[in-house]
Amino acid sequence: MADEKIELLVCLGTGCESAKSDVLFAKLSDEIKKHKLENKAAVKRIGCHGLCQQGPVIAVEPEGLFYCQVKESDIEEIIQSHLIKGKPVERLFYEHDDGTRIPHYRDIPFYAKQTRVVLKNSGHIDPSKIDDYIAVGGYKGLERALKEMSPEEVIEEVYNSGLRGRGGAGFPTGLKWKFARSSPGDVKYAICNADEGDPGAFMDGSILVADPHSVLEGLSIAAYAIGAREAFIYVRHEYPSAVASLKKALKQSYERGFLGENILGTGFNLDIRMMEGAGAFVCGEETALMASIEGKRGMPRPRPPFPTEAGLWGKPTVINNVKSLAAVAIILREGWEWFKSIGTEGSPGTAIFSLTGKVKNTGLVEVPMGATLRHIIFDVGGGVGTGREFKAVQTGGPAGGCLPKEKLDLPVDFDSLREAGAIMGSGGMIVMDETTCMVDVARYFLSFTQQESCGKCTPCRMGTLEMLKILDKIREGRGEEGDIEKLLELCDTVVKGSLCGLGQNAPNPVLTTIKYFREEYEAHIRDKTCPAMVCRDLVKYVIDPDLCIGCGACSRICPTGAAQGEKKQAHHIEQDMCIKCGACLEVCPPKASAVLKIPISKTLADIKGGAQ
Amino acid sequence: MQAPPTDQLHSKLIPMLQEIQERLGYIAPEAVEWLAKELKLSEQEIYGVATFYNFFRLNPPGRHEIRVCLGTACHVQGNEKLLDTICERLGIQPGETTPDGRYSLERVACVGACALAPAIVIDDEVHGRMTQRALQRLLDKIDREDEEAMKKRGEK
Ligand SMILES: Cc1cc2nc3c(=O)[nH]c(=O)nc-3n(C[C@H](O)[C@H](O)[C@H](O)COP(=O)(O)O)c2cc1C
Ligand code: FES
Repeated sequence: MADEKIELLVCLGTGCESAKSDVLFAKLSDEIKKHKLENKAAVKRIGCHGLCQQGPVIAVEPEGLFYCQVKESDIEEIIQSHLIKGKPVERLFYEHDDGTRIPHYRDIPFYAKQTRVVLKNSGHIDPSKIDDYIAVGGYKGLERALKEMSPEEVIEEVYNSGLRGRGGAGFPTGLKWKFARSSPGDVKYAICNADEGDPGAFMDGSILVADPHSVLEGLSIAAYAIGAREAFIYVRHEYPSAVASLKKALKQSYERGFLGENILGTGFNLDIRMMEGAGAFVCGEETALMASIEGKRGMPRPRPPFPTEAGLWGKPTVINNVKSLAAVAIILREGWEWFKSIGTEGSPGTAIFSLTGKVKNTGLVEVPMGATLRHIIFDVGGGVGTGREFKAVQTGGPAGGCLPKEKLDLPVDFDSLREAGAIMGSGGMIVMDETTCMVDVARYFLSFTQQESCGKCTPCRMGTLEMLKILDKIREGRGEEGDIEKLLELCDTVVKGSLCGLGQNAPNPVLTTIKYFREEYEAHIRDKTCPAMVCRDLVKYVIDPDLCIGCGACSRICPTGAAQGEKKQAHHIEQDMCIKCGACLEVCPPKASAVLKIPISKTLADIKGGAQ
Repeated sequence: MQAPPTDQLHSKLIPMLQEIQERLGYIAPEAVEWLAKELKLSEQEIYGVATFYNFFRLNPPGRHEIRVCLGTACHVQGNEKLLDTICERLGIQPGETTPDGRYSLERVACVGACALAPAIVIDDEVHGRMTQRALQRLLDKIDREDEEAMKKRGEK
């Protein structure tokens, strides 16, 4: 249809926003006004469209065209060429590996190879407009639940769908609700866990920014099912845009009668309150999270009793992850049979990952459960992309594990990943290549859990500290024979002696890296080398005087003054002053490539001699 | 009429601490004194909660707040090296403020820009795909602007 209005959808997800997409939005709006194109085109805000790597992105609907890495200076051409002359700006289309341009996002492998169910609205509707959500079937699920079904029937529907909790543990959602419903008491609570503790994952935050009503709808359905009149949504505080998006969505839901008293005229009352977290990883754990809502230190407590019997303020409580609740809204709208037809027998539905690290297409990915790691990393993600070798993939955050190349054909579902020593987790997926050191990664996660341990259980508090000390020793080149065995013993102690999932899973990154990359530990311990050249005590930076052109880039950026030399003369690095920040290597012009990172035990002559 | 009244009161503690920090930039001792009366809690209880959560700071922040993301994606992309550079340049460690009160430095675990790692947040603005060079430019720019502002004020 030639005269259909063109919609320019500017992504304001965290990734694109950090690439200044808000400036593009403002400029596009201004220019459209200036050129009096309001009848022909409209600018819309969207949440994360998915392919963050190419940000800032602008989608053009209804055609489904896709502009990548748009700069402020490109706007004029988009206006002139696309909007005025009807000729899309080809050079901004996605560039395929073979150099050809792909105009439509649906043809870009990153999108073509996904199955978007929960993320269907993300990047397509304006999250700040409840009508956009309603127009795509939003709140139909809630309406059906409230008007056509008893709470028991709703629970049955969710149970039949086979939905398992997307917060990490994979507990059947319908069953959890059944427990809470049958717990005695008039006062019950429903909570949405939007704490997204995994450091390096952004799925839950993105959904809240891109499609907040889907989560509110799911939470309302949960509340109705278990008999709660009050619900909470606990959001991670590092996500200011998620908080803002939710605030707006809550306000609109109240205004439109989806929340408050006598919802949709059915007599059902519900209040949802938002609470911001305060930066403690352990508060993602359900009992700690409830303590935090109560205004206390977020310490986990033993279960049983489970929250479904005695949760918030001792009342029966259901707590679900953002993605679980977004899926609930869809299940109630489309029916359990449909949902169950996606994914695997044991894990129906889809899996959502935030794909990051050493992978070509970083972004938000949704695939049917049971898809292989290879499918996600290579078909959707486009592979490592640096020309380097794939080494490992990490899932499950600090509680998860690293899997090697040999495991790439593993289907992604709750059970297979756990068998391999990793976990499904909440959706963080970080790809690592040969420049990632597995000892360093294990140490990274352990130092994270160590710091975030609430300190209640001694094995968790002290065991992880002990492990951290050994890993530090290894990384600094002071490792000894027997260290690996000591680590394994400590892992066992920590797993067995910890009350909550934080401690119980803390050793996973260490266990899996030892299991699959033991030779890397051994290289650190026996040869005092870091094969990935990451561990700073085992590498040094040197300048090859034969290659140095004396441009002075290194000495200008060096924060300590370690990179020295006269203009136009070969430079050198004072090793005593060097903090190994790598700035010199980054700025050394490619035509010279005079700065080298070499093993600490080697000299420049060794390296050059070896190369000849 | 859901939770008992004192429970309801206590559940206001964290949101109120957040509001105080938003307004003052930190949890000032006078604010704790006031809160204790308001919520019928001891000051000790309030400090117990405030120190448990990473978000709350008990000393005033610098005029420019730098937060270096050390989430997994940013770690894998080498953000620790950028943190070292900042520490060296400012002469402070994470959690500290420069003696002139201009900069404070924090480490955070993920700001949601993982796809564009490594990320650094300066004065609430997220900068993705950071490099040593980009970092140097950003900090130079802030220094320049501050200097100009100072000159202007000096002239008045
Ligand atoms: C240390 C720790 C951190 C957790 N962090 C989160 C989190 O950030 N988000 C989340 O949804 N679940 C998290 N969980 C899992 C929750 O305890 C809980 O199982 C989940 O919110 C239940 O929701 P679901 O059934 O929909 O998965 C965490 C668990 C542990 C042990
Ligand atoms: S890990 Fe740094 S933004 Fe997520």
